[in-house]
Parts: sequence; C-alpha cells; structure tokens
Amino acid sequence: MLSQIEGSLAVARSVMRCRPEVVAAYPISPQTHIVEGLADLVRTGELSPCEYLMVESEFGAMSACIGASAAGARAYTATASQGLLFMAEALYNASGLGLPVVMTVANRAIGAPINIWNDHSDAMSQRDSGWVQLYAESNQEAVDLHIQAFRLAEQLSVPVMVCMDGFILTHAVERVEIPEQAEVDRFLPPFTPRQLLDPAHPQTIGAMVGPEAFTEVKYLMHAKQMEALDQIPAIAGEFEASFGRAAGGLVRGHRIEDADTVVVALGSVLGTIEDVVDSMRADGVRIGALGIKSFRPWPAEEVREALAGAGRVVVVEKAFAVGAGGIVGQNVRLALSGTAPVVFDVVAGLGGRAITRASLRGLFEDVLADRVVPDRLHFLDLNTELVERELDRSRRGLIGAHAERMLRDLGTAGAGPY
Amino acid sequence: MLKVRVHGRGGQGAVTAAALLSHAAFAEGRHAQAFPTFGSERTGAPVVAFCRIDDEPIRIHEPISEPDALIVQDATLLHQVNVFDGLRPEGYVLLNSSRTLDELGVAEVRTGRRPDRLLTVPATAYARRYLGQPRPNAALLGGFAALTGAVSLGSVLDAIRERFPGPVGEANAKAARDAFDDVAQHRRQLADA
Repeated sequence: MLSQIEGSLAVARSVMRCRPEVVAAYPISPQTHIVEGLADLVRTGELSPCEYLMVESEFGAMSACIGASAAGARAYTATASQGLLFMAEALYNASGLGLPVVMTVANRAIGAPINIWNDHSDAMSQRDSGWVQLYAESNQEAVDLHIQAFRLAEQLSVPVMVCMDGFILTHAVERVEIPEQAEVDRFLPPFTPRQLLDPAHPQTIGAMVGPEAFTEVKYLMHAKQMEALDQIPAIAGEFEASFGRAAGGLVRGHRIEDADTVVVALGSVLGTIEDVVDSMRADGVRIGALGIKSFRPWPAEEVREALAGAGRVVVVEKAFAVGAGGIVGQNVRLALSGTAPVVFDVVAGLGGRAITRASLRGLFEDVLADRVVPDRLHFLDLNTELVERELDRSRRGLIGAHAERMLRDLGTAGAGPY
Repeated sequence: MLKVRVHGRGGQGAVTAAALLSHAAFAEGRHAQAFPTFGSERTGAPVVAFCRIDDEPIRIHEPISEPDALIVQDATLLHQVNVFDGLRPEGYVLLNSSRTLDELGVAEVRTGRRPDRLLTVPATAYARRYLGQPRPNAALLGGFAALTGAVSLGSVLDAIRERFPGPVGEANAKAARDAFDDVAQHRRQLADA
C-alpha cells in the first residue's frame, strides 16, 4: 500500500510482512521507533505468531536472536551506535555459527563525545564481523532491503545487517510503498533452518574448534560471503521482477558511462549527490555517482568495472579509520589497484553534520580544479580555525577537555544540529 | 519544490506539523518529505522541523536553509532564534500571535517582501477556544493553507482527523478552519488596500 509514513514505521511494517517469529530488542535512538512499531504490531496481533522479547541490553537482544534462530525461528532485531558495540561479541557468534538473523542498524555516531546523530561509525566498526552489510539510500529501499535480507540470510545461512541513516531516514516521513502480505509471501518462503536445536534430538551448535579446523570454518564464512556476491544481484533481480521496482544489488551507477569523475558513497547521501551530479552535468561536467549497496561482501569486481573509465574517484564517506584514513576509500583503492583512477578520500557528515549540495558541489569543483591533494584524508566543511585554536591552547600547555573547550569556543550552550 | 521550515518549542508539535503538512500534500498526489532536527529535546527548547513538497520524487536529504515558507509556532522565538534566516525574498511567513509584526518588533522582515505573504494568526487562541489547550499546531496548518495555497484546507483537515481520530481531531479541525478563514480574510484586506 502506498503510504505517507515515517521511515521507522515503514520498516516495522516491512519486517512484519516477513513474519519474524522472534523479535528481541532494546531501544536506542534513532532505532527506537522501529522496535516500538514492531512491539505495537505484536500487541495488536497484526504480527502473529511472534514473540517480542524486551531484553535487558543489546547483548541480550543478539543473544536471544541467536538462541531463537538456532531453535529454528526467524529472528530479527534492530540497534544503533553504542548498542551495536555492546552486542559486538554476539555478532561474531551469529556469523560464526551461520545463523540467518536480520538486523536493522539505524546508523548513528559513536561516542565519546556522546552524539546521537547520524554517521556510519557504528556499522563500519563491525564491517569485519562476518555479517552481510546492505545500505539503504531511501526509506523505500530500506523497506525493500529487509525483504531481500531475509531471503539472502536464509539462503546462505548468514546474518544480514540492513543499514539505514539514523534520523535522516528513520525519522523522515515520506511516500513509501509497503508491499502486501501475499506479495512478500510469494517472494520469501517460510524459514527452513539448516541447523536446529531440538530437545527431542539433542545436538551441539557452537562446539569448540581448535587449530585443526578453525581456519577451515573461517574460510567457509569468507566463501559464503563470496557466494553472496552472486546471490545479492540475483535476489535483487527477482525482487524487481516480482515487485516492479529496483532495490538493492551490489552497486548502482548514476550517469557513470562517460564520466571522468565518479563520486562513490553509500546510504542516504546518494540522493543529494545525484542532485549535484545532475546540476553539474547540466553545466557540461562529465561527472557521475556510484552507490555502494553491499559493503560486505565487498563487490571489488563490480566497483573496478564501474570506475575503470574514470580519471578521478571521489569517495565520500561518513566514517573513517582514525590514524589510517578512509574505510570505503581503502576498499575502493584495493578494487582499483593497478588501474589509472586517482582516488580522493573525503570524510563528511560526522555526528549529524549536514552534507549539503553547496558543500558537495564546492568539493567536486575543487577536485576538478586540482585544488585537492589525492592520497590524503579530507574532512568536508572542517572548521580548521576551531581546530587550530584548540591545538594552540594545547601547545600552550592548557589543561582541560578538548570537546568542552571547543564548545565554549563556539559559544554553544547546548549540543544540537541546528 | 516548496520548502517549509517550522519553528516551535518542544511540546508544541513542530515535528507533527511538518508531518501533517506532508500527509496533506501526499493526499493530493504530490511527493512530500517531512523531517525533524533532534537536539537536546526538552519541553520549551527551540525545535525545527522541515517539509518539502514537489511534483517529482524528492531524493535530497539535507536541511532546508533557504525556505520558501516559515511557520513560527511561538512568537517568543523571534528574539532567541534567527527564524527568518535564509528566507527567500518571495517567501511566506505565518506567525502564531494575536499581535501584528509591528507590535512584535519584526516589521523589518517586510523590507523587499510582499506584505500579504507575511501574516500573524492567533492560532493559540483558536486552539484554546475549541480544544481548551494552547496547542496551535492544527490551526497554523489551516492558516498555512490559506496563506500559501500549497495544500487545500480539505487535505489539511483530513490529515488532522486521520492523526487525531475522534473529538480531539474535530476540535483541531475547527481551529484550523477558523485560522484558515482569518488568514484568507486578512489577505483579502491587504490585497484591497
């Protein structure tokens, strides 16, 4: 049904259509409305049969999902930020055991300093946890990706994370088509577990594995993700055939065919980037955009192919590896190794800083005019004067907390994005 | 594309106002995107919410810095927040107050702008009359429909009733209708003057 609906509630309804039998969650902004929505659908009986577990923590949420999934139930949870970090240990258990749990991550920054707003630090911190990571660029895609996520997870016995930008998507009220139950039922068959704990037929899941086979078990995790590189586009193709709209896949290009410069990004910033690309195209600039839909598995070949003809590649990402550089940027460089394009790593939108068309256009024009040095990390809209003043205070030996001193410097009474 | 910014205080319903406006536009077959900013949310703190309305799908996700229209739910914000920041020259302003722009000390906003697009409406008074509570939200949306014509009064009333079924919705709908009439009449007077 076509609805004007908040992203979180649209996702809750989409998850309901996937008929999870266990939802275990702990509320944290900006994920809260998703799990509140699901709790309400369980309460009213619209989502039935389903057990909603209000657990004591995110660690408890993922542990409950692991238990439920191992017992043969379709299990779902959602979290964000510190919540994702709190479940980190259990994330590795879900993937190591090959349990097809699906989770929404309502992307939010990680503290300190504490910050409730959007960036990708949370999901990126768990990029090597063995979970598939899909990134939604709109609320429609978030809805559609959840349906695909359950298919993929259960086909491969691998847990899948659907990442959607906190607040920017979760709290945006937009037009969304929420699929009908019969449509989803046709696309997503009932869960047939590959492994099942059953008291009547006792067996072990999660045995200790020593050096004799640990490498081989880990190798299989990697092999499964490589297999997902084939499955993800196949599922996206089937989804499009059955629902009549495109969503997901590995990568999606926008006007990249003859582009000299290609901007690479993931998540909701893609729409804003495409808007800038179109306006620069209208001025005769050969620029395009490449959206990364699946970050794990990393579609190296598809990225390489999409960027092969470009002279410059600008990676705009909402997280970075402190002390090293861009995260998506490093992966792009790896995909492009031995080829011509020059890669620019740009960090943007940290902790909820708005990524505006004006800033993006300024950045792309700077890149085109060779005003940006490649091979070093750039911070979009960095207040360098603020940083310099604080560095100066530190050099003068002033003692005190950086964050609080910089807020005082700005004359900010209370934190806020506006 | 019409870009609307709503300024209010925590508890006045700025976020709900933007959402209701998007529902009204959706009901008319248009594309609309409503979204809040979240800060240190507490009752009474300045709050901002946004709404874009267009005939095409909306793909951008950035705050609105150059609004075509402003809805200000609380006149005391005028001397605390630069609510007019970035307002386009041909822009609309609807301010919740029983006083005029002159009496509020913001007459200078008229400079270079059309006076019939800059109005106040006593939305809180209408809300008190029908709802018995100082919740100016729905009334302001009725006034907004009259000021801009961006959405019809009927669509606004439907959105209000859908969000608040029963007597609360009906009371809000009455407040919205009165504010619509008030603003429509005010605009006619300015046009005749």
